[in-house]
Amino acid sequence: MSGRLTKLISTITVWLFALIWALPLLYGIWAAFHPSAFATNFDLFAPLTWKNFERAWTAAPFARYFLNTVLLVLGIMAAQFVICTLAAFGLSRWKFFGAELLFALILVQLMVTPDVLILENYRTLQNLNLIDTLTGVGLPYVASAFGIFLLRQNFKSIPKELDDAARVEGANTLQTIWRLYLPLARPVYVAYGLVSVSYHWNNFLWPLIVTNSVETRPLTVGLQVFASVDQGIDWSVICAAALMTSAPLMIAFLLFQRAFIQSFLRAGIR
Amino acid sequence: MNRFARLTLAATLAASFLGGASATEITFYYPIAVGGPITKVVDGYAAEFSKAHPDITVKPVYTGSYQDSIVKAMTAAKAGNAPDVAVLLSTDMFTLIDNDLIEPYDAIAKSDGDQAWIKSFYPAFMENSQAEGHTWGIPFQRSTIVQYWNKDAFKAAGLDPEKPPTTWDEMVAFGKKLTKHDASGAVTQWGLEIPSSGFPYWLFQALTTQNGAILANQAGTKVAYNDPKVVEAAQFFADLSQKYEVMPKGIIDWGTTPKDFFEGKTAMMWTTTGNLTNVRNNAKFAFGVAAMPSKVRGGSPTGGGNIYIFKNSDKAKVAAALEFARFLSTPERAADWGIATGYVATRPDAWEIEAMKKYAADFPPAVVARDQLKDAVAELSTHENQRVTKALNDALQAILTGAKPAQAALDEAQAEANRILASYQH
Amino acid sequence: MERTKPQLNIHVQGWLLALPAVVLLATFTHVPAVSTIIDSFFSTPHGRRPAVFIGLDQYRTMLADPIFWLALKNNLLYALITVPIAIGLALAMALWVNGRIKGRAALRLAFFTPTILPMVAAANIWLFFYTPDYGLLNQIGRLFGFASVNWLGSSATALPALMAVTIWKEAGFFMIFFLAALQQVPPVLYEAARMENARRWLTFRRITWPLIMPTTLFVAINALINAFRVVDQVIAMTGGGPNNATTLLLFYVYQVAFSFWDTAYAAALSTVLLSVLAIIAILQFFMLDRKIHYR
Repeated sequence: MSGRLTKLISTITVWLFALIWALPLLYGIWAAFHPSAFATNFDLFAPLTWKNFERAWTAAPFARYFLNTVLLVLGIMAAQFVICTLAAFGLSRWKFFGAELLFALILVQLMVTPDVLILENYRTLQNLNLIDTLTGVGLPYVASAFGIFLLRQNFKSIPKELDDAARVEGANTLQTIWRLYLPLARPVYVAYGLVSVSYHWNNFLWPLIVTNSVETRPLTVGLQVFASVDQGIDWSVICAAALMTSAPLMIAFLLFQRAFIQSFLRAGIR
Repeated sequence: MNRFARLTLAATLAASFLGGASATEITFYYPIAVGGPITKVVDGYAAEFSKAHPDITVKPVYTGSYQDSIVKAMTAAKAGNAPDVAVLLSTDMFTLIDNDLIEPYDAIAKSDGDQAWIKSFYPAFMENSQAEGHTWGIPFQRSTIVQYWNKDAFKAAGLDPEKPPTTWDEMVAFGKKLTKHDASGAVTQWGLEIPSSGFPYWLFQALTTQNGAILANQAGTKVAYNDPKVVEAAQFFADLSQKYEVMPKGIIDWGTTPKDFFEGKTAMMWTTTGNLTNVRNNAKFAFGVAAMPSKVRGGSPTGGGNIYIFKNSDKAKVAAALEFARFLSTPERAADWGIATGYVATRPDAWEIEAMKKYAADFPPAVVARDQLKDAVAELSTHENQRVTKALNDALQAILTGAKPAQAALDEAQAEANRILASYQH
Repeated sequence: MERTKPQLNIHVQGWLLALPAVVLLATFTHVPAVSTIIDSFFSTPHGRRPAVFIGLDQYRTMLADPIFWLALKNNLLYALITVPIAIGLALAMALWVNGRIKGRAALRLAFFTPTILPMVAAANIWLFFYTPDYGLLNQIGRLFGFASVNWLGSSATALPALMAVTIWKEAGFFMIFFLAALQQVPPVLYEAARMENARRWLTFRRITWPLIMPTTLFVAINALINAFRVVDQVIAMTGGGPNNATTLLLFYVYQVAFSFWDTAYAAALSTVLLSVLAIIAILQFFMLDRKIHYR
């Protein structure tokens, strides 16, 4: 009997805690869907409205920001796939000269991400003439230690006999990767892709520094520019804009919850 | 050399007017931050300009707050793709000069008409636009600080709704009457809010001005942060919340202050006249706008943005940028911009434009900031401006949050500023 | 002789495959890290004055710079407070969601959603949440009779307020790792514990905790690294104020580099940041069991 009571109490506690956790977001949603006057007054019968989204959408070039972000995250992901696959294959399959040291050096980037070295990286981009370009925003992240690490671990688990079989059939290295490794490691690519997309969708400091114009600004920077007003804040509109910028990821997450969580798991634990 | 430059300038201008050359594209950075209609207004100006000058295309880039904008402009300039023309804080002048980024207007605009144009703005605004004998900025969206008061709240507190405070003492006395508590003693309405986030030095400068102090010399090489009058003003700033309890404690956010005013959370607020249109659209009660109260004198610093023209080896771009700057500052546009935003139309003749006259007659608060210009002083601006004002900002926030006493905090700020400015003092 | 050729071939091919990654990594990680350190021994070039070697002067300035010390202190506090709390909550969440509780999916959703929001978006919503008087937090506080608190506007609460955002954002992410670890605990062990009528706490301490230890360490290291790279919420919420109460190392680097353009001093500050990360790396590679996650 008392066991059931404790269980009930603990269930309620957990639910309360979850509610607290969801509160900021729910609050943002409330503000975004109600007229400004109700942003801070909770009235169940307050009229619902899309106006805030409309106003945010027209007040800043969010359509362009969306385009920039989409191009950016897809571009980074594609480039990461190519570059990390090649490196990971070499590192997992061949004990070439210096491979161990190389791998250790690669892992340094897990600690020292490009945003820690903003100033020097900014200068490098300046020399490459890539300031204010999407390429510039993405380039430092393309060779991702995380990606190489992840793929290498996975490639290692693929039996070497398959390799040899492919070679006997006359496939060269690139063909082996393409025909054999890519299909076998598909779940890892999905996982890595999701992690990469959500990381770069949300990345802020580096694009903030590198981009100067509407044509390159991703959503996060666009949102910050939009929200840092000198003349006073309209919370409803800002909440609407904030939700808007996160919406695609959130919707994707709601639809593919399981895949998302599995992916983060796969990416994190090996 | 000069004549040569002028000749090339004339030649390129002539060439571009003849329409032979391809269109010159210039980039225009601007910060404003009321959202919605305002970016549209600027886009409209750019389009209108391009229509009148088919050989020039203006690409307006909205760069966020003033703080963001100077960072963006400097970053872009360091990368070799500076904007051609930008609206940045008038106080960024020394920073831009020291980095050798901007052209003085007197070097590129030399005709009699140009000279007359440079002289056509309110002298108060030009104080932050001239240094070392040159004119570096043209006033665009300039402001002063004004006080807004909620007439309904005044009435409810038994005050004359038509009489804003005119002195510090009145401000405190009114504030006490306007500060309301609920049964548990919690405050439901504050008497006054003077924002202190982001750039507290600016609002503070109104207090120092009223107390008869000047924060920096004209050359931007010396500051007087620990002048006794400045310390006294800082103490008063802190006392408003800590001693008189008419203002919320801690840092008051600049961005939410107008919202607090609309929500009735504060009965009076100090903010830029650039907020006039925002307040007019959103206040659900009768409100008034008045000049700053006085201590030994009235007055406010000017504020807001100037138009700067960036150096460029392509003289056609410099010429196009100058043309655009002139276009943005005609009396008609100054009037239109003032009406759209609430900023002070920057030249006396703008106030003679029919639309402006009508606006001023319909909405008398619009002239308050203009009339205050006679008492206005230059906004705090020095070499290494970001750092030197940060020293003051930090000190003010320390005082307002009760972390340090006024004298000690300002002594430290003075020492820091002296250290930073040492290399500029000969 | 026969064998050397393919061997050599492997060396060349291996490097060729790794080459693009190596070049990019060197360009954006190793070379800049080294040149940051070198730059920190020079002065900041000004206009026509080039950078000159000044030895340790930047570091002397740094030692005398109260803002640097404050940023370092803030950052250490940030790490010491957010990391254990986030991990503890993450573990609790994982245990709840892993158990048989009503509405597991909804709970998981509530916990995990903050992770996928952009920090800037979340920060803007939290700004509103923290607004004095009519922000939700103070409205709730008022129901319970608390006076309104100016969360981001007073030195005492601003940093904890930012910490809360970080914990909120990261705990759900870490929960995932613990979930995975929990699912790998052999059920046999729990059954054995049940047979012996072990209490829940004991089961946790004797079985679960030791088995998930590697995950905990892995998560702790990651959280620690993240704690020294926090900057988004500082830019979006406080700008380092009031009076530098929320200035963290990376934010200070950003400010010195991109607002003051004192590039050499920024390099010296970055060097400190690099050293902190290096210490964490040493911690990870030499003090903890290397086999855990990197083999």
